[in-house]
Amino acid sequence: MLQLSNVSFRYMKKPILQDVSFSIPVGRIIGLVGENGSGKSTLLKVLAGLLHPSSGEVLLNGTPVTRRNADQIAYLPDIDLFFDFYTGEQLFQHYASQFEDFSYDKACIVAEFLNVDKNMKLRELSKGNRGRMKMAATLGREVPFYLMDEPFSGLDPIVREQLIKGLIQFTDIENQTILLSTHELYEVEPILDQIILLQNGSIIAHEEVETIRDVTNKDAVQWMKTYYKKG
Amino acid sequence: MTIDFSRDKPIYSQLVDRICGDILKGNLELGDRLPSVREYAVETGVNVNTVQRVYKELEAMNITETKRGQGTFITTNEERIVLLREDMKNQLAENFLTSIEALGFSKEEMLVVLTKNREVK
Repeated sequence: MLQLSNVSFRYMKKPILQDVSFSIPVGRIIGLVGENGSGKSTLLKVLAGLLHPSSGEVLLNGTPVTRRNADQIAYLPDIDLFFDFYTGEQLFQHYASQFEDFSYDKACIVAEFLNVDKNMKLRELSKGNRGRMKMAATLGREVPFYLMDEPFSGLDPIVREQLIKGLIQFTDIENQTILLSTHELYEVEPILDQIILLQNGSIIAHEEVETIRDVTNKDAVQWMKTYYKKG
Repeated sequence: MTIDFSRDKPIYSQLVDRICGDILKGNLELGDRLPSVREYAVETGVNVNTVQRVYKELEAMNITETKRGQGTFITTNEERIVLLREDMKNQLAENFLTSIEALGFSKEEMLVVLTKNREVK
């Protein structure tokens, strides 16, 4: 279980996250939503152990998270951090050299499922195909937690649908958990178990998607909007 | 193929309705094997946990049976499907009546329209 208790994060003196607490049980797909600048990316980095909270704790199965927990957590950044002269194949080999849990074969299978050619150089790929390649590299890792920062952003609907199907196909929901940030809530809602809504660095709602529909008779997008009207 | 879900109902119950509809339309026949949970999840683009719930509901309704190690099958009990047909008919009628009441139409005037439509076709 991945757990945050009373986590705050300040950049210079500016508060980015304020007293955030929640826990992520195993076997769930959770959507992290909120406006630009609400703290989603920072929250994911803190959870991945890439940023150290100014106060509060991040615990993985009871022990504090550091960069060393990279063996339990696969993090997909929202920017392209890879060498663009790598081919997909070289990218996978690089991952294999960095992560013991990486399965080169699985990454190739995912790349094939997503219809992206692993022999192409990253810089020769379209944005959509780089998004596919990033997803293949991330899902090539066999870890309990996947943290994905905007995996669908800036991609066309066909690519988004394929990535969503890839996520369903290649993760084992009995043993793995996905936390992903997204602005495409309408399209992503069907694969989510829970939604966490961030506003100005604080969690203003955390709910099961089924409960949202059952109790409020709204879909996730309409539900989210009710919070913005209040605020 | 991914499905567009309506806004006001839980996704699992929309999928239950969809499979029931496929049975009534004959797209699925008695004794047919349903796809595995993951296959159906990928096909419809929904969470595996949601499909698990769908299959559980269908089994609780006695519309499907799970055979150990073989998968989930549509029931071979024809009476159950006859009953399902009746249930869905009643449900449809109920929804219709609620809608026309909300708009202030009488059953009688709607019947006229319904019968006329039938004749045209």
